[in-house]
Amino acid sequence: MFKRRHLIGIEDLKREEIDHILDTADSMLEVSTRNVKKVPALRGKTVVNLFFENSTRTRISFELAAKRLSADLLNFSGSSSSLSKGETFRDTVQNIEAMHPDIFVIRHAASGSAQYLSSFTKYSVVNAGDGAHEHPTQALLDALTIRQKKGSLDGLKVTIVGDVLHSRVARSNIFLLRNYNTRITLSGPVPLVPEEFKELGVEVEYDLDKALEGSDIVMMLRIQRERLSGIFFPSLREYRKYYQMTPERMKRADKNALLLHPGPINRGVELMKEVADGEQSVILDQVTNGVAVRMAVLYLISGGTNELDH
Amino acid sequence: MKIKAKIMDSRKIAAALKRLAMEVVERNHDLKNTAIVGIRTRGVFLGERIQKMIEKSEGVTLPLGILDITLYRDDLSTVGPHPLVKGTEIPFDVSGKDIILVDDVLFSGRTVRAALDSIVDFGRPNSIQLLVLIDRGHRELPIQADYVGKILPTSRRENVELKLKETDGADEVRIVEEE
Repeated sequence: MFKRRHLIGIEDLKREEIDHILDTADSMLEVSTRNVKKVPALRGKTVVNLFFENSTRTRISFELAAKRLSADLLNFSGSSSSLSKGETFRDTVQNIEAMHPDIFVIRHAASGSAQYLSSFTKYSVVNAGDGAHEHPTQALLDALTIRQKKGSLDGLKVTIVGDVLHSRVARSNIFLLRNYNTRITLSGPVPLVPEEFKELGVEVEYDLDKALEGSDIVMMLRIQRERLSGIFFPSLREYRKYYQMTPERMKRADKNALLLHPGPINRGVELMKEVADGEQSVILDQVTNGVAVRMAVLYLISGGTNELDH
Repeated sequence: MKIKAKIMDSRKIAAALKRLAMEVVERNHDLKNTAIVGIRTRGVFLGERIQKMIEKSEGVTLPLGILDITLYRDDLSTVGPHPLVKGTEIPFDVSGKDIILVDDVLFSGRTVRAALDSIVDFGRPNSIQLLVLIDRGHRELPIQADYVGKILPTSRRENVELKLKETDGADEVRIVEEE
């Protein structure tokens, strides 16, 4: 049973709740394969996409999810709004609230913004990525993809590679996977993979070849080259040398290992195109599953109640 | 929960289903154009049994689809935590087919209303016929079954409990009442 009214992060979810979302998402997959790709479950509900930070992929994924459940959808983008005229976050939200939506989907560059929104709005909140905190639907769609291909999340060795420090995707995935019997190893340049992550119950191995040994799941993270190069690692050339996923490196992992990436991918930076398009890559399955997971989340939270919150 | 009456046992359920299967055969001359759709959960197992009976007597295997009507319910905003969606599997094109929609107990008619909405989203069948094992009355919508195993007049306080081997270990229909 899933009784929550908001989805702020994976951290406070129990294993049963995660399983319930994934089971529901499994059923939602079928809707997207029909001729009429629509069910009336959320008819009459209004979903507001509040995107204070750009993200085409996540926004259209939530948009399709809402529409396939027959909800009405409003897209709000921070860059083209009154925010640029000096309106505060809270004023912006309260103006939209006055038009009676039902669910806010929020993406914001500040960690904690989804939590903050849920503290004063009377409507449901889904976190679509807040700063370096969490991106819960990404971890859920990763889990759904792994479960589809591997049958279960239990017993897997998972290696997460790249900019863990700034990655809400890595955090949400760690919070999710530690509910199952998994072994998680982080790898990347020292400044981007601080030892403190060990407190979350994961291992840290700076030698990527060693980290990959016997891995069932390889999760690559996006390198924001414009922001990181020269500060967190000396040069892109050096990053490629030590941390780029190449077909040779991939062979270190289990022969049936899956390669995941949250997108958008930087071909030739964190992974070579032979790997991105290779047989072990499930990057496009992740995109398909993203819509199903978001349908499941929108459906489940709209049945949630106030009193059981947080 | 108090048991008020045992209505059907395994033998009686089998006899009723056999009669219903024969009625389906009698009314649908072109069995090749006929398909069964069971409503989750017990309608699916009843549909399977009807399918096997027709296969045995007529040598034709009707296609069988599974319908989960959860996403089509009209009470989602009032039920509280949303029920688990187990998924719909219709492995054939419904367009032009004569569909036998199978459910266990016909009551308010709201489940059938949702099922009809769901089926027409998959295409335009030639006809949809409704088959139920039990009709317990108290309709809230203008819906009637084409094939009825047993008409069972009940009060609103009573509940019809249908058990099947596939889900509950034994076949049984009984009337229970909340205390």
